[in-house]
Amino acid sequence: MSEAALPMAAAATHADDLRRDARREQLALFGLASPALLLVMVVLVIPVGWLFYLSFIGADGSFSLENYERMFDSKSYRRIFWTTFEISFLTTGICILIGYPLAYFLAQLPRRAANLCLITVLLPFWTSLLVRTYAWLVLLQRKGLINEWAIDLGLWDEPVKLAHNMTGTVIGMVHIMLPFLVLPLYGSMKAIDRDYLRAAANLGAGPVRNFWTVFLPLSLPGLFAGALIVFVLCLGFYVTPAVLGGGKVIMVSMKIASNIELFVNWGAASALGVVLLAATLVILFTAARFVKLDRLAGGGH
Amino acid sequence: MTYRLIAAATALALTATAAGADGITIASWGGSYQKAQSEALFKPASEAMGITVKEETYGGMSDVRLQVQTGAVTFDIVASGSGSASRAGAEGLLEELDYSVIDVSTFYPGLYMPFCVGGDVFSTVYAWNTETFPDGGPQNWADFWDVEKFPGTRAYRGKVAGALEPALLADGVAPEDVYEVLSSVEGIERAIDKIRELKPHITVFWTSGAQHAQLMKDGEVDMTTGWNGRFDVAAADGAKVAYSFNQALLDYDCFAIPKGAPNKDLAMKFLAEISKAEYQANLPKYITYGPTNKAAYELDAISADVAAMLPSSPDNAAMQLPIDIEWYAEWETIASEMYQEMLTE
Repeated sequence: MSEAALPMAAAATHADDLRRDARREQLALFGLASPALLLVMVVLVIPVGWLFYLSFIGADGSFSLENYERMFDSKSYRRIFWTTFEISFLTTGICILIGYPLAYFLAQLPRRAANLCLITVLLPFWTSLLVRTYAWLVLLQRKGLINEWAIDLGLWDEPVKLAHNMTGTVIGMVHIMLPFLVLPLYGSMKAIDRDYLRAAANLGAGPVRNFWTVFLPLSLPGLFAGALIVFVLCLGFYVTPAVLGGGKVIMVSMKIASNIELFVNWGAASALGVVLLAATLVILFTAARFVKLDRLAGGGH
Repeated sequence: MTYRLIAAATALALTATAAGADGITIASWGGSYQKAQSEALFKPASEAMGITVKEETYGGMSDVRLQVQTGAVTFDIVASGSGSASRAGAEGLLEELDYSVIDVSTFYPGLYMPFCVGGDVFSTVYAWNTETFPDGGPQNWADFWDVEKFPGTRAYRGKVAGALEPALLADGVAPEDVYEVLSSVEGIERAIDKIRELKPHITVFWTSGAQHAQLMKDGEVDMTTGWNGRFDVAAADGAKVAYSFNQALLDYDCFAIPKGAPNKDLAMKFLAEISKAEYQANLPKYITYGPTNKAAYELDAISADVAAMLPSSPDNAAMQLPIDIEWYAEWETIASEMYQEMLTE
């Protein structure tokens, strides 16, 4: 009896020590993380809170819902939100269609060749967004390179409207967004253990079945992570739709800018920001119901 | 060590006040426009007054609002469009100008306001591609709307300022009645409906002066509205573009002093200096925007050839519709929402 009690008492003190150590470690980690937490507070939480507060301040400086009423009364605001989400979904979809085969191809290449090909993905990524957008304008406009060459080659007779509309905007945005999808996707594809594929093949799965039942599910977290980044970045896009949309493709960010110039307070623009943020969160939560978001954060599998 | 630090700090503070006492900061729009202002107005006037002028660029009245609201005003003078200056004045962001210091007796009437004194005059005109229309382009706004007589693509302004008046003129409203018609929601709707009619032929709704100049230079559109000075610069650069002053809109840019400007009194004197005819007369040497001071045309600096190109020369001014700032102060936000409605359809 007494022989057994001794180790138990020792175990209890050990447990206390362990718990104390664990708490100390947590505190130390919290201390290390606090500068980052403080920064997030200062640069994110406080301004967003202030934005939220401002959106309820009317033109005369008192509390009012007029900034929100304006948005719900007028059709143009609804259309602007519709356009924003339409373009974001379209861009994300096309990015997936183009980006997945590209990342798959890159992941199959030997490392040296893959690195070389990755540079072609990254090179435009390192070029200024404004420069790339104007480059697309030079290519796509009525007397641009594409129309001139196609007419010279006899592909079409009249210049095709490629710029200053939705088509031009989506072309430009897909080009700018593609690296954001390809990079995380490529990373998660490279992390897939080849043994799984070999095992599947060993058990008799052909290449097609192997891809659909083994490779694709394992690459999904990377795909969702990339698609999410692309979608969220698209929602706030300003430069590309402003230059390639011809003034007819109006996204929320452009309306925010014009409201700041037009109205005598920040409230009108803040309300737009708040609604966009809320709509984005709703979409993300809906997406999270279908996809486990914590798996996305992990990136790999 | 401490002494040296204090001495250094005091010296720094002294220089700072010294620089503040005989210098001012001016914010403008940058580019060829600010370069012209700098060469014609700021540099000669600062030499004559023996003060230093620090030039900056800024993003418009929203910057001024931010500075005034946070109590950290660094600009003494800002260059602004007349409409936004008028609204900023009403909002309480600007100092009232002292017209006993600034002499506007020889100014064109209507080119100065309580909060803002005119600096240059420009026109919103219609311009056309001289290759598409070798036998001459549109000569009035009805022609601009006439897609049978002048087939081709158009560009039009993406904001409401300067966009409704041409539509009413094209719809047959007499110039003197334009703002009367526009002073009701129905009148604004009438103008916007006229633009709806032309919309299938409008490929681009432009948002900046650089953009409409580029559209004409690249041949992206055959006809556009825009600011005359930009087309002259584009034409000098080889663009096939011409424009007319007939039925154009006469507008002006002005200078204002933000509320609580650090050197308000000196800024007022500086505005008095650059409003004088002898400085104003030099502006057209650098850009084809006209002086706001009529007396400038009596000086030798502006030849008859140059005068013929300027929006505010008496002959050109006579065939244009002057912008009504008061209409903008009252109706711009309402009209802007309605215009947005049309754009997003």
